Amino acid sequence: MQHTISVLVENEFGVLSRVAGLFSGRGFNIDSVSVAPTNEEGMSRMTIVTRGDEQILEQINKQLNKLIDVIKVIDFTDGSGIEREMALIKVTAEDENRAEVLRIVDIFRAKIIDVTPKSYTIEATGNPVKVEAILDLLRPLGLKELVRTGAVTIGRGAKGWKG
Amino acid sequence: MKMNGARIMLECLKKEGVDTIFGYPGGTVINIYDELFGFKEIRHILPRHEQAGTHAADGYARATGRVGVCLATSGPGATNTVTGIATAYMDSIPMVIITGQVPTPLIGNDAFQEVDIIGITRPCTKHSFLVRDVKDLALIMKKAFYIARSGRPGPVLVDLPKDVQIAQTEFVYPETVEIRSYKPNLEGHPRQVEKAVAMMLDSHRPVMYVGGGAVLGNAADELTALARKLTIPVTTTLMGLGSFPENDPNSLGMLGMHGAYCANMAMTNSDLIIAIGARFDDRVTGKLGTFAPHAKIIHVDVDPTSIKKNVRVDLPIVGDVKDVLTKMIKQADKLKDKVAEFKTGLASWHGDIAGWKEKHPIGYKNSSTIIKPQFVIQKLRELSDADAIIATDVGQHQMWTAQFFQFNKPRTLLTSGGLGTMGYGLPAAMGAQAAFPGRQVITICGDGGVQMNIQEIATLVQNKLPVKIVILNNNFLGMVRQWQELFFDKRYSSTCMELPIDFVKLADAYGAKGFSTSKPGDVEKMIKQGFKEKGPVIMEFKIAREEKVLPMVPAGAALNEMVLNA
Repeated sequence: MQHTISVLVENEFGVLSRVAGLFSGRGFNIDSVSVAPTNEEGMSRMTIVTRGDEQILEQINKQLNKLIDVIKVIDFTDGSGIEREMALIKVTAEDENRAEVLRIVDIFRAKIIDVTPKSYTIEATGNPVKVEAILDLLRPLGLKELVRTGAVTIGRGAKGWKG
Repeated sequence: MKMNGARIMLECLKKEGVDTIFGYPGGTVINIYDELFGFKEIRHILPRHEQAGTHAADGYARATGRVGVCLATSGPGATNTVTGIATAYMDSIPMVIITGQVPTPLIGNDAFQEVDIIGITRPCTKHSFLVRDVKDLALIMKKAFYIARSGRPGPVLVDLPKDVQIAQTEFVYPETVEIRSYKPNLEGHPRQVEKAVAMMLDSHRPVMYVGGGAVLGNAADELTALARKLTIPVTTTLMGLGSFPENDPNSLGMLGMHGAYCANMAMTNSDLIIAIGARFDDRVTGKLGTFAPHAKIIHVDVDPTSIKKNVRVDLPIVGDVKDVLTKMIKQADKLKDKVAEFKTGLASWHGDIAGWKEKHPIGYKNSSTIIKPQFVIQKLRELSDADAIIATDVGQHQMWTAQFFQFNKPRTLLTSGGLGTMGYGLPAAMGAQAAFPGRQVITICGDGGVQMNIQEIATLVQNKLPVKIVILNNNFLGMVRQWQELFFDKRYSSTCMELPIDFVKLADAYGAKGFSTSKPGDVEKMIKQGFKEKGPVIMEFKIAREEKVLPMVPAGAALNEMVLNA
C-alpha cells in the first residue's frame, strides 16, 4: 500500500543523505521524494511517498523520528492531506497531433509553457492521479521528456502542522 | 578568553569530565596534539592502531558508564575507527569519536588523507557533525556528548577540519543544551505501567527477558528487586549478563542460540514475557514463527524502534528502564495481597523450571589429560576477584565465558554482542583497565581474535596497564569450525590456523610475561601465578581442539529444538 509521509527536518549539513540512507539501509522503498525549505528559519520539509504493510510503515515512522535532525513526522495515509504534483512534459506535436495535444491540455487545465514547430512543453499540476491521467493520454502521441516533482502534501483544515 | 579550535576541543572534553582519551596522531590532528602537549587534565593513551583505540574507548565506556572518547587523524586514521564505531553502535555504547579532516577549502578535492568519514559512518553512528566554523565548536561538542549519553546511547562522530582547529574564537561552554528535534522519552507512561503489573499478576508462567538496556540504564538493582519481589524467573541476553545475579535461584542464565536449556524452554512455554531493554535479536528468538507461541509480550525500551520490530508486542512501554522498573515496584507494593496470591500460584511454574534445570544443566565432560576450556573459565571465576572485569573476544570462548563464568554484577562483562567483532577483547580490556587501574581486568580470547589486535600488548606495557590476557588456544577459528563440523560435513575450509604461535615468546618480545600450559593439572597454578604478576600477562591454555559450544539452537531452528549433545 502506498503512503505519503511529511518529514520536517533541520536544514543541516547531510540531512537528505541521512533520510535517504535510512530508507536504503533498511530496505524501505521510496517512490518519490521532494524537499525544500519551509517558512520557518532553518527548517525544511520533505514529502516522501513510500509503500509497505502496516508494520513496515510503523518502523519507517519510528526510524525517521529516531534521526536526530528530524523534528516531526506526519503520516497522511488516512486521507487527511491534500496532495499535489507538478509535471513538465515535452511531447511531440506535429500536424493533426497539435490540435489533439491542445485539447488534452485544455481538459486538464494544464498550460503550454514552450512551443516549437515540432513540440509542445506542458506544465500540468494536480494530484498524482490526475498527472498520471494526462500522461496516459499524451503517451501515445510521443513523449520526448518528462520531469515530475513528486508529490507534496499539506494537511486539510485550519490547523498548521503544529496544531 | 580567545583560543584556537584545537584548544577549545580539549577544554570541552575537560568540561565534560573526560579524564582519558585514546588517540593516534596524524597530519590533520597535529594541532590538537600540540595543545595536548603539557595538557595535564587529560590522560592520552596511544594505542598501536586506531581500531584498538576505538575499542578501548568503548571498553572504558562499558566499564564506567561514562562517555568513551577517542581521536584519530583524517583518511586512514578515520577509516580505521569504523569497525570500533559499528561495534559500539550495535551495542548502544556512548562514545564520542573525534576525527581530523583536511582544511575546509580542500574538502571534496580528493586531498591527501581525505575521506568522507561522515558519509562512511552515517549508518553506524547515532549522529555526526562536521564542524565548519570554530564558533560552532563548543556547542557541537556539548551536543555530541548529550546525544551520545542520553536516550538510547550510541557513538557520535565529530569531524574537525584542520583550519577550524587553527582558527581562534572566544571559548564559552554552554551550560545547557536544547535540541528541538531530539527529545528522548524517558518516563514510562504510568497507565501502561499499571497495566503491565496487572498482566504480570494475572500470569502463571512469566519470564523476565533482560537485555543490555538494563546494564546501560543502570537498572540492575531495580530489576533484581522487582524479580525477587515477584519471584519471576529471569533470563538475560549476552548483553544483559550481570544485570541480574546468576547465583540467584531465579536466574535462568543466558537464553538463545547457546543459551541454557531451561531458559529456552521457559521462553517457549511462557504465558508472559516481560522484555526489558532487549531487542529480540535473531540469536535470541530462533525461528520467529515458533517463538514463544503461548506468550503475551510486554516490551520496555527507551528506543521506540526496538518495539514491534521483530515480534508482536501486547503492551509497549517506551521509557528509561530504571524509571519503568521503579514505577513497577511501587505499583506492586500497592497490591500486596494480589502479589502474595500470585507468588503462591507460581509454584508449578517454578517446579517446571527446576525440572528443566535438572534435566539439562549447562555442563561439559572434564578430562584429566587435556584442558577443557569450560574448566579454565570456571577456574578463572573461582580465582578472580568478585568485581573483576572480563572482556571477551568473539567466538567459542565468548560463549563459554557467557555460559560458565557466572556474572553477578553489571558492567563486569565487556563483549561485542551485536556486531560480533573479533579483535575486540584485548583493546576493550585496555580501556577498562585505564578507567580502573586498581581492579582486576581479564580478557578471555581465542587464538584467532587475539591476533587481530595483538599489537596492543605494547600499549599495555608502555602504560602499565596490567591486563591479564587469557588465550584459549585450539589453533582453530573454533566457532566456524564447529559450524563446519555440524553443518558442512567437517570440511574445515580455512579454519585451521596451522602455524602455531609461541605466545610466551611473543609476550616476552613486548616486555610482558607469558605462561603456557597444556596440562589440566597446571591450570589453577598458572592462573594464580598470572594473577600475581604486577604487569600485563599472557596465559595461554592449549585446549581440547575440537570442543564444541553446546547446547546449540541451529540457525533458523526453533528455540526448543536445541542440539544438546553432538
